[in-house]
Amino acid sequence: MTGQLHGLYVRDLRVSFDGFTAVDGVSLDVAPGDIRFLIGPNGAGKTTLVDAVTGLVRATGSVRFGDRELLGRPVHRISRLGVGRTFQTSTVFEELTVLQNLDIAAGARRGWGTLLRRRHGVPDEVAEALDVIGLASRADQLAGTLAHGQKQWLEIGMLLVQDTRLLLLDEPVAGMSHEERDATGQLLEKVSQDRTVVVIEHDMDFLRRFARTVTVLHAGRVLSEGTVAQVQADPRVQEVYLGHPVDAGSAPTRTEA
Amino acid sequence: MTTVARDPVAAADPAPAPPTRPAAGPSRHRYRAAAGFAFGAALLFAVAPLVLSDFRLSLLAKYLCVAMVAVGIGLAWGRGGMLTLGQGVFFGLGGYAMAMHLKLADAGPGNMPDFMLLYGQLDELPLWWRPFASPWFALPATVLLPMAVAFVLGSLVFRRRVRGAYFAILSQALAAAMVILLIGQQGTTGGTNGLTDIQGFFGYDLDDPVNQRMVYFIIAGTLLALLALARHLTQCRYGELLVAVRDSEERVRFLGYDPATVKLVAYVVAAGMAGLAGALFVPAVGIISPALIGIVPSIEFVIGVAVGGRATLLGPVLGAVAVVWARTALSERFPGTWTYLQGLLFVVVVAFLPGGLASLIGLARRRDDGEPRPGLLRRLRLRRREGAA
Repeated sequence: MTGQLHGLYVRDLRVSFDGFTAVDGVSLDVAPGDIRFLIGPNGAGKTTLVDAVTGLVRATGSVRFGDRELLGRPVHRISRLGVGRTFQTSTVFEELTVLQNLDIAAGARRGWGTLLRRRHGVPDEVAEALDVIGLASRADQLAGTLAHGQKQWLEIGMLLVQDTRLLLLDEPVAGMSHEERDATGQLLEKVSQDRTVVVIEHDMDFLRRFARTVTVLHAGRVLSEGTVAQVQADPRVQEVYLGHPVDAGSAPTRTEA
Repeated sequence: MTTVARDPVAAADPAPAPPTRPAAGPSRHRYRAAAGFAFGAALLFAVAPLVLSDFRLSLLAKYLCVAMVAVGIGLAWGRGGMLTLGQGVFFGLGGYAMAMHLKLADAGPGNMPDFMLLYGQLDELPLWWRPFASPWFALPATVLLPMAVAFVLGSLVFRRRVRGAYFAILSQALAAAMVILLIGQQGTTGGTNGLTDIQGFFGYDLDDPVNQRMVYFIIAGTLLALLALARHLTQCRYGELLVAVRDSEERVRFLGYDPATVKLVAYVVAAGMAGLAGALFVPAVGIISPALIGIVPSIEFVIGVAVGGRATLLGPVLGAVAVVWARTALSERFPGTWTYLQGLLFVVVVAFLPGGLASLIGLARRRDDGEPRPGLLRRLRLRRREGAA
């Protein structure tokens, strides 16, 4: 696992679908090694932002990871630059085992010579990832039979073996139990030691505990940015995101636009 | 700290870890596979020639050609998720390439094939026929030509992310187009009749039962070789990747692979297998014609694969042989109703037994271990994967 830490630098990013502007001139910097949380009400453009960074939707502006421009490259090329993501719904390969899932994730740089041979044993990086995500005892289990939280960890593990330097996680703890959330948060902290992490999340409790910095998006624009305390103290955030500050408990919304 | 997320759900999760079966190492598995191949070889090379009459043996040779196409479809559709309803095109390309060479060889150097004199009103051999006079061109062409066509088509189609039903319809349209093209060019292709009355096979008289037997042995050996190739392709890393592309193409893209390339390889290999099958079909049957490669035969290839079990290695082979055999046997007795029976069979299998007949074997085998399991199909795949791992 080589490669140094890079930051993510987004400048004036715009994404439009048929006249509707989902991301409207977003600029933000994520420092190398940060754990940045993206929050915002439904339709704020959080997932669209990640889609644009990973090449899934067309966008204008500039997205740089380190010194590489990402916009305009196809999805699999961006992925090879070390940018990986998860989705709101887990998308592990359910018909393959945990080990096979990780092995495939590790293999994008493999040549055809390796692809056309059988796998013997467990590659080092896969063994390491199995250990980090706590699924070593389930390596030979079909991914489709894992519990929900375990699937999310497997997704993160797949990003690790890919040697992803920038992890973009879309609601990684949705539907998880408290224990699973804690474990996921600790996993993120460990992962961010040599990677940059961006998390879309609605869970305020999780955010308070594990976010290093927060960006609040609203209607496709950056509303506020800073530490958790700074953002929470921002009256605009309270007004727009939490609705009426009085009855704002936690996790105001569940779904995402 | 080596393990951060120390499986916190383990306590709450009643599902047991997968049953640890007696360590079936790769060596033991390979031994079993070798035994299977030896059994198949014994059946095809020793038992069948002893038990079957010359007539039945030549019928079997024909069925085995269909089985070769099925091996390719099993790879492209069963493992790769590409429902190719147009394998007849590749079968036909291989068949015509071989038949053209054999017709020229029958006619002798400098002469034109008989049908051209009849319909063609041509003074000399068309330019595109000429290279096929040389076996050094014609034989590789039977495989490489279909592969090249599949490569061009696949490159166009997969990069544009055409898949599912659209891909199936497109491939079927190709089969229709090829038939129309062949029929339209009667003077140089033999039209509806196709290329018929092929006498010799590289100097051997195809009317001689001994030589027919030799053709059968070549076909049986080729089928076994293709099975070995398919087995390897499904068990190596590429095979795992192919299944991943089948199940979630987008996800694979985000892992840094280009799924179009992964699919293209399986599609091209399947086309090569179909081409080889078509080439060997010609000496076995003595004819290649549009009726043998159009939409209906293309669908029949797929029905056999679906009935046998598309995601398994042997399922497509056995299914294809069974369906063609049933057609021969039943259409003699019930000429009017066989088509309906065949259609019904396809619908029933797809609706109620998506894993094909092969999944029944898995059901029977798993009856004895009473553990809760994720479902029949998944279990079947699990068992194979365990073998692959």
